[in-house]
Amino acid sequence: MAIFVDKNTRVVVQGITGRDGGFHSREMLAYGTKLVAGCTPGRGGQKFEDKVPVFDTVREAVLNEGANTSVIFVPPAGAAGAIMEAADAGCKLVVCITEGVPTIDMVRVMPYLKERGVRLVGPNCPGLLAPGIAKLGILPASIVKEGPVGLVSRSGTLTYEVVYQLTAAGLGQTTCLGIGGDPIIGTNFLDAIEAFNADPATEAFVMIGEIGGDAEEKAAAYIKAHVRKPVVSFIAGQTAPPGKRMGHAGAIVSGGTGTAAEKKKALNEAGIPVAERPMDIVPHLKSIWKR
Amino acid sequence: MNIHEYQAKEIFARHGLPVPPGSVAATVGEAVALAGKYGLPVMVKSQVLTGGRGKAGGVKFCKTIDDVKENASKILGMDIKGHVVRKVLVTPALDIASEFYVGMLIDRASQRVLLMCSAEGGMDIEQVAQEKPEAILKHPIDPRYGLLDHEALELGLKMCPGDVKKARQLATAMQKLYAAFVAADASLAEINPFIFTPDGIGHAIDGKVSFDDNAMYRHADYEALRDIEAEDPAERQAREANLSFVKLEGNVGCLVNGAGLAMATMDLVKYYGGQPANFLDIGGSSNPEKVVNALKIILQDKAVKVILFNIFGGITRCDDVANGIIRATEMMPIEVPIVVRLTGTNEAEGRALLAKTKLHPAETMDEAVQKAIELAGKGA
Repeated sequence: MAIFVDKNTRVVVQGITGRDGGFHSREMLAYGTKLVAGCTPGRGGQKFEDKVPVFDTVREAVLNEGANTSVIFVPPAGAAGAIMEAADAGCKLVVCITEGVPTIDMVRVMPYLKERGVRLVGPNCPGLLAPGIAKLGILPASIVKEGPVGLVSRSGTLTYEVVYQLTAAGLGQTTCLGIGGDPIIGTNFLDAIEAFNADPATEAFVMIGEIGGDAEEKAAAYIKAHVRKPVVSFIAGQTAPPGKRMGHAGAIVSGGTGTAAEKKKALNEAGIPVAERPMDIVPHLKSIWKR
Repeated sequence: MNIHEYQAKEIFARHGLPVPPGSVAATVGEAVALAGKYGLPVMVKSQVLTGGRGKAGGVKFCKTIDDVKENASKILGMDIKGHVVRKVLVTPALDIASEFYVGMLIDRASQRVLLMCSAEGGMDIEQVAQEKPEAILKHPIDPRYGLLDHEALELGLKMCPGDVKKARQLATAMQKLYAAFVAADASLAEINPFIFTPDGIGHAIDGKVSFDDNAMYRHADYEALRDIEAEDPAERQAREANLSFVKLEGNVGCLVNGAGLAMATMDLVKYYGGQPANFLDIGGSSNPEKVVNALKIILQDKAVKVILFNIFGGITRCDDVANGIIRATEMMPIEVPIVVRLTGTNEAEGRALLAKTKLHPAETMDEAVQKAIELAGKGA
């Protein structure tokens, strides 16, 4: 089991003929993901890697190949439109990898998705990888392993770092999920935690946060009230100066809120250990998790 | 990206907000001429990209031409929180009968543009938010319908109870500010204060706008608004090289792929008793040119005693990254020691390549950081 994906997940990649879209589509196929279609307007009728049909519209991919999930690699200017196209065509899960989508575009996108009951992961995220089930996005397959741990993170490479350590310690994963570093994202910590809590295969999970916003604090309150599974956290950006954007559009300490210290305090008060260093995550997890 | 008050007011004026006339002066003579043009009394206002200008003495009321001369010469060249004043805005001084705050920003929680307004205008709104949060009215704007007439009027009436004339002016200002916010791809836009003169007419006498960096590509005209002199030179170079960089005070120069990992690396440097010199995300590329650009920017800072590469090769292969780093160091001789931590795909090959060089390889983040701090200490 995993969260958000299963054996029936049938993927269309929007932007499959681009450089990044093509590269990662090959990786997804190699992992065994049911990548059933590609979409690039003007390239309809072509085949990707001689086997995956490419369509001009997502609707054709849904009608002809039964796609129910989209992974988006289109450039920022077209990303919001691509998300809405996938939602309108009937995809129930949309994963947007694209970095640099204008924020006001995402403000317009969100109610459109809500009206259609569509889950968005991202934008500006590595996507998700459910070991043994499907890889949607750019998380490297070489570092994951099937197992009972869930992982949700706002980062990319920091996620890989932690997954790598989990796998090295023999702790496989149900799903590794990168939710993205932008101010407006489709799936937040709370959504991921609700799903991990409800997933019988997930026995424990790890939450990797960073400075900015109050998503970690909200997650802490939810975990305290509803979650009995062991949870360990890490917060990046303890040394970040206020008012400076740390790469991610969402990673900024502003007006004295969104600091790592506040987040740690909220998590600790909810009984969630916060690792001082990434390498402390595995020992923390082992110490609170009685298997 | 932040812009000056006078630039924000130009955007407001284009969207029909009632902005008083005004122009910027770079010299005392220009300020005097502008005062003559608009008629006394005038305000002379420093144009710097920071708050607290009034408290620092950077905003002055001038009754006479001598006042203008005296204040303009004091303010031009003044240092406000590390920002040197190079321009002043000269604008007619208005009689203030009452003042209000109207602002908008992107709200993560509601995932909308959040309108905030208050009858406690003119003050530091963050202070009001802390001390009297109930004095700030909040309204998340539905992007499908915009700010509707009745929504704006209700908010206006809450700020000016019983005075429909003023409430209507406030409501119109909110709607125009929202139009400006959306059209400009702002991340923040505020009028503080929006005032009424004794005749009951409203004016937006001060304002602030920040742009969403992600949307810069559809506003070619914004580059002209950028105050290059106000920017840190290294941060400007990084921006031009498409690198995400923030300068800090330490001596361990950090080059990391990914923003989260870069922050975690800085944190780890501090954890082991060192001080990071910067935040730098070089992205997913092993392109030697990008590495050279990053090294150039970091090494301008003479405090840097060691370079620490922390690369997690997920999709990018570690041997590619190692070759990129080696070629970059060949293109650019570097005197400080370099520690390289490579993990991920083809890490053994990557480390084998590094073993043939003078670079210091490390296997884990912790080992790399400790080694870098030790080498920084030796170099000091």
